[in-house]
Amino acid sequence: MNEPILKANKLCKTFGSLAAVKDVSLDIVQGEIHAIIGPNGAGKSTLISQICGSLPSDEGSVFLMGKEITNLSTEKRASLGIGRTFQISALAKEDTVLQNAILGSVGASGKHWDFFNPILKNSMHRDQAEYCLELVGLKDLINQKAATLSHGQLRLLEVAIALTLKPKVFIMDEPMAGLGSDGTKQMTNFLDKLRNRAPILLVEHDMDAVFALANRITVLDYGRVIASDTVGSIKKDPAVQKAYLGEG
Amino acid sequence: MMKERHLNIFVLGLLIFLPIFAYWNDQPFTITLMTRAVIFAIAAVGLNLALGIGGFISFGHAAFFGLGGYVMGILAWHSQNFVTLIEWPIVIEGTKSMPIIWLITVVASALLAAVIGVISLKTTGVYFIMITLAFAQMMYYFSTSWSAYGGEDGLSIYVRNNFPGLNTLDPIQFFAICCIILLIILFFMGRLIKSPFGLALNASRQSRQRVEAVGFDFHKLQLAAFILSGAITGLAGALFADLNRFVSPSMFSWQLSGEFIVFIIIGGVGRLFGPVIGALIFVWLEHLIGGISDYWHIFLGFILLAIVLFGKGGIIGLVCREDVDNE
Repeated sequence: MNEPILKANKLCKTFGSLAAVKDVSLDIVQGEIHAIIGPNGAGKSTLISQICGSLPSDEGSVFLMGKEITNLSTEKRASLGIGRTFQISALAKEDTVLQNAILGSVGASGKHWDFFNPILKNSMHRDQAEYCLELVGLKDLINQKAATLSHGQLRLLEVAIALTLKPKVFIMDEPMAGLGSDGTKQMTNFLDKLRNRAPILLVEHDMDAVFALANRITVLDYGRVIASDTVGSIKKDPAVQKAYLGEG
Repeated sequence: MMKERHLNIFVLGLLIFLPIFAYWNDQPFTITLMTRAVIFAIAAVGLNLALGIGGFISFGHAAFFGLGGYVMGILAWHSQNFVTLIEWPIVIEGTKSMPIIWLITVVASALLAAVIGVISLKTTGVYFIMITLAFAQMMYYFSTSWSAYGGEDGLSIYVRNNFPGLNTLDPIQFFAICCIILLIILFFMGRLIKSPFGLALNASRQSRQRVEAVGFDFHKLQLAAFILSGAITGLAGALFADLNRFVSPSMFSWQLSGEFIVFIIIGGVGRLFGPVIGALIFVWLEHLIGGISDYWHIFLGFILLAIVLFGKGGIIGLVCREDVDNE
């Protein structure tokens, strides 16, 4: 059995009297895409925030490569190897595409306190950034401001920045959101290859993409895991069909 | 439309040659006016790091400006009156040496900025504006009630402080000192903007989530920027007190904090030369229109209104096309 790269153990989060996430455990092993699905309000985004550190957990723990990261800050977790992309693009829109990507490369290098040397002239970081932009197909746009990119290109830029971190695990919050069918197809093909670099925890609404990509699926409903299994079994699971996929 | 770099060179030329021209024509008042503009420019360049690049609007930078003034004033007062500054546990005398005063000013301002920053940067937006204002007002009222150093009357320093090898009472020589300090700060600020720290600070203004997701500590970025910012503005305060040979609580006033912000908005928020252009325009307007009417602030108001309405990037935004490059 593979040692899990990322492991969440009985995570809980309560907002007032609402249990947004209740006793959720899951893990991700090398080379897989583990999808989290569930209706709106099922607790997917809360769970991601708990894993990435932007929301503290009430209970439970998170492990990355066997090391507990439950109480670490977002930036510590990022530097340990969590590469996150956001549901709503979080980018420096006034900066160029290249600057956005280099930011990731510098952030991951840990050399944050250089006040003097021009970063765009640093060939190591620049090569790393350009390489990652090339992987997602944005190489031609490096001199454009991020604000001028299309929605789909912004999603790709998010992924490119996550790539510059050379993360141990990707955590992607709805990377297909708002993409057209071509864009979704392109992103699906890309993520399919990406899993060989690092496993992906994927929150996604697009069921075709999820079924095409995922090795395993965890289904959340009202903050609880109602099923967690391989794609084939999830499709057949009556509880899942009832809660999420609709009858029949 | 011109390139921003060309405008910057033009402004630099103006900054250096106008006083030299005034020197040839024996117009010391023009030199003093330009010295005032240069010192305000230094203060606003400092603020621009926090306000323009970091995106947190400090409405209390007069706290550092005034502190710089009082550091200079107190050290020089002790020296000119032959009163020891501290007698226990070690004897410390006052000093009239500019380099030593500057060094102490920068350290003191940085410490004050660290204290104010740690507390203020827990807040954002309008709360940050108010809390920084509150700190500056605290300094203001403290200085008015500190009778040992003049209270509301302030401190007069009879002779300008010394700089090795120069006659600092000569307007053109004192201008040269201030101008070279501004140029050095602009050089380092230009490097900082393009450095990893500058890139991250700039991005942190646009998306906190982004910088945290790639491993930067958002609070440390902001605090570092605030400390640097306060130290630069503090140094400007020491120079300003030396220019006037006088320091008073008005150097802590909130109007002054507001004027620093106005310099930046006039010139161009977040632009390297924005505060310099803004300070130059402000000081000259104050002189030219102020000579005609006591109500010159009305005209300043119209100019501000026009800039905010028609060009968000200040004068630089109006004159220059936006450079997008990855060099």
